[in-house]
Amino acid sequence: MSKLTHLTLTEARNGLAKGDFSARELTQAHVEAVEVCRSLNAFITETPDQALSGADVSDERRRKGDAGVLEGIPLAIKDLFCTQDVLTTAGSHILDGFQPQYESTVSANLWSAGAVMLGKTNLDEFAMGSSNMTSYYGGVENPWRRSGSNEPLVPGGSSGGSAAAVAARCAMGATGTDTGGSIRQPAAFCGIVGMKPTYGRCSRWGTVAFASSLDQAGPMTRTVRDAAIMLRGMAGHDPKDSTSVNTPVPDYEAAMTGDIRGLKVGIPKEYRIDGTPAEIDAVWQQGIEWLKAAGAEMVDISLPHTKYALPTYYIIAPAEASSNLARYDGVRYGLRVPGDTLDEMYEATRGEGFGAEVKRRILIGAYVLSAGYYDAYYNKARRIRTLIANDFKAAYEKVDVVLTPTAPSAAFGMGDKMDDPVAMYLNDVFTVPASLAGLPGVSIPAGLSGDGLPLGLQLLGQPFEEGTLMKVAEVLETAAEFDALPQIIS
Amino acid sequence: MTIIEGKTGPWEMVIGLEVHAQVIANSKLFSGAATAFGAEPNSQVSLVDAAMPGMLPVINEMAVEQAIKTGLGLNAKINLFSEFERKNYFYADLPQGYQISQFLHPIVGEGTIILDLEDGKTREVGIERLHLEQDAGKSLHDQHPTMSYIDLNRSGVTLMEIVSKPDMRSAEEAGAYLRKLRSILRYLGTCDGNMDEGSMRADVNLSMRRPGDPLGTRTETKNVNSIRFVQQSIELEARRQVAILEEGGTIDQETRLFDASKGTSRSMRSKEEAHDYRYFPDPDLLPLNVDADWVESLKKDLPELPDAKKQRFMDEFGLPVYDAGVLVADQETAAFYETIAKGRDPKLAANWVIGEYFGALNRTSGANLTNAPVDATKLGGLIDLIADGTISGRTAKEVFEAMWDSGKDAGAIVEEKGLKQISDTGALEGVIDQLITDNPGQVEQYQGGNVKLIGWFVGQVMKATQGKANPGMVNQLLKKKLD
Repeated sequence: MSKLTHLTLTEARNGLAKGDFSARELTQAHVEAVEVCRSLNAFITETPDQALSGADVSDERRRKGDAGVLEGIPLAIKDLFCTQDVLTTAGSHILDGFQPQYESTVSANLWSAGAVMLGKTNLDEFAMGSSNMTSYYGGVENPWRRSGSNEPLVPGGSSGGSAAAVAARCAMGATGTDTGGSIRQPAAFCGIVGMKPTYGRCSRWGTVAFASSLDQAGPMTRTVRDAAIMLRGMAGHDPKDSTSVNTPVPDYEAAMTGDIRGLKVGIPKEYRIDGTPAEIDAVWQQGIEWLKAAGAEMVDISLPHTKYALPTYYIIAPAEASSNLARYDGVRYGLRVPGDTLDEMYEATRGEGFGAEVKRRILIGAYVLSAGYYDAYYNKARRIRTLIANDFKAAYEKVDVVLTPTAPSAAFGMGDKMDDPVAMYLNDVFTVPASLAGLPGVSIPAGLSGDGLPLGLQLLGQPFEEGTLMKVAEVLETAAEFDALPQIIS
Repeated sequence: MTIIEGKTGPWEMVIGLEVHAQVIANSKLFSGAATAFGAEPNSQVSLVDAAMPGMLPVINEMAVEQAIKTGLGLNAKINLFSEFERKNYFYADLPQGYQISQFLHPIVGEGTIILDLEDGKTREVGIERLHLEQDAGKSLHDQHPTMSYIDLNRSGVTLMEIVSKPDMRSAEEAGAYLRKLRSILRYLGTCDGNMDEGSMRADVNLSMRRPGDPLGTRTETKNVNSIRFVQQSIELEARRQVAILEEGGTIDQETRLFDASKGTSRSMRSKEEAHDYRYFPDPDLLPLNVDADWVESLKKDLPELPDAKKQRFMDEFGLPVYDAGVLVADQETAAFYETIAKGRDPKLAANWVIGEYFGALNRTSGANLTNAPVDATKLGGLIDLIADGTISGRTAKEVFEAMWDSGKDAGAIVEEKGLKQISDTGALEGVIDQLITDNPGQVEQYQGGNVKLIGWFVGQVMKATQGKANPGMVNQLLKKKLD
């Protein structure tokens, strides 16, 4: 039955509907795949018993005719989503032993759509990172290797465990969260599809916060259609999240007509950056050709404030994080390292509980919010953020979507760039602007690098136009015919 | 204005108050947890109040409504745009590690409050702003030898911080400010004003200056929890500052703590040690945009407030300013008075409510308007008996005491004790005729010009009737017979 894990989510959905196999069989195959791929360290917590009993319940529901849109589909959940009675770590030592009494809205939506939980996937600590190397639970290995090399590579981050699990056929899909590229960049590194929806499309309730004004959950899957199905199961208005938007969730699949004739695609000149490898430019050019061939019209556009996006992001996100992470103080849950006074307890707990990258961002964040620096950093960053959003607004007067590369490189080696935070932050250069503007974006595997690693193309859309993005993404996906498999399963 | 005469000359105190008023609401500011006073520790705590990972605040519309009503009651500008910000600091009873408050954009702007002073004069004090914020939890340091316990029942409860301008010049004015503010809040039903339960607390900002000089350096005395303590802390701090200034010293801008049991205060932290709260707009919440029509409709539905009621009592009932001020201080008292005044002599009613009735309430422990043995109907009944001449004012006091002790109607007591006034002309004429017959000497003196003797005749009639004779009628009849 191991072939069941090679089905796409869409194929599995259809197979389950036809009765070709049961949710139990599908889940069993994935539980085994999770075990086989343990060397990747993609999961922090595996929940096989919960998965199998959930599958039985799902089969029962289907028999009764109550099947949901994700009925019987085994999924992995990024360990940033709180899952009731299941260890939730955010990849951090400071949440030691934390078992929430509640279920995040996104995961609860997935379960009520019929999905089954395989486990909680590894991630950069508090989703801060682009390599998955900052996790307290250790780095995740990318299922892909360079041709002829055995060097372990990073899966990208922060949703590295989710990306690796989906690429390695351990899960049919996984939830990710994207603050500055944490869904799209690992999707590109692992050769899968990852979509960050419009800010406000998915509820943030019950998801451990990194940067509240940027965090957004989204699907990570092997095909665009899989992402469309999964997003429909995740999204929706939530009165418990004041920033969640009250607009209906459309049937994204219905938008995927394959017809993009006359659609205008913006090609932003500011995304041509000196020093970008030629093969990244080449795959971008290839994407342009594919879309032209399908009848779309390319339009050169300018997003003039792009160069400020990265520094703006690395002020706003740490500022919010420094405040969001204040609650991890050893008083109520998670790790507590004793001290003789309250202050000593705080220092010992937070000193031991947080890793180096989290501490770095808390320090940056506290600094940019402090008296005397607030206007020069945080306030200025807020104003630039508005300018960046205005860049996109102006561009969308002329175009329907924007096409760019997802990341400036393919996956790099585990341990690379660890001593150079700025080089690490540059991974987000193409993904951060849309995050700041709250816009939806999707990464699609578009080809392989010279040494055989997946490269992604990114499509950015207008607010709540995820359907249009899915439509264009599917056209790219069809043209790319990306069917390479990572070494671990090929 | 209180001028303190120092060794080197006069000093004027300048006082501003920041009042934290707990909002009466169905639930907390950003969560659905209940807010009753005195509940079991940690029994009114939601996941949001405990700052569990991934929890998000959602604004409670009722809290916003209460803040707007309060702003309207303070004649203040309602800001249709306001914003919640995070005030970041660490403390064990502050689960989020920040307090959600309003900083740059409060919901209510400038307003005014009119103080009623002891001498019947009034004085206007400016309101700087009113903003909404979360309360913190409570740390209990006395429950365990080495540990502190935390009670989060109060965590997330809605507070209004009401900031005055530095317009007060004496402890008396500060007391009058707090009393008036409390009265307005209670009229509006936006805060119960119970300082002993902590639902109203004051921070006192005080500085001293030579009259006419610019403002001096101020200190802030935190969390004073009764009007009396506020006044004590002001006197104490003013004397402390004057002593320093007179010695040629300077005042440190600092936060102080007042110890009511010892009547002392001490420095809590200096300006240098002040927190950098790193305020920034809370990204979990959207800016608060209030609909102007909603504000208008709340304005229309406001109750009559103390100042308006006081004016009306003066205009409509002809009450003197002092009586009107006393009667409107409390909404229930005002309503009680109006019930009695309706269809009766309003001044007589005011005298009875303020005099005998308040006196009885004050000397009966635990008694209040709702549980007192004499209610408005009964007191009105007593006043009716005075008005129709059934009893005299003097007898009425005796009847009232009996009513208070027994809870019976005035009529029943008058009947029972046979206190009914004799207003029957025939009966009184009989007594008077007998008196004139028995005392020809006094009659002669009176008619000879000693008119003061009329008092003696009245007294004799009262004596003969055990005080039940209608004194007005006795006077009238005596004069008719003797003149």
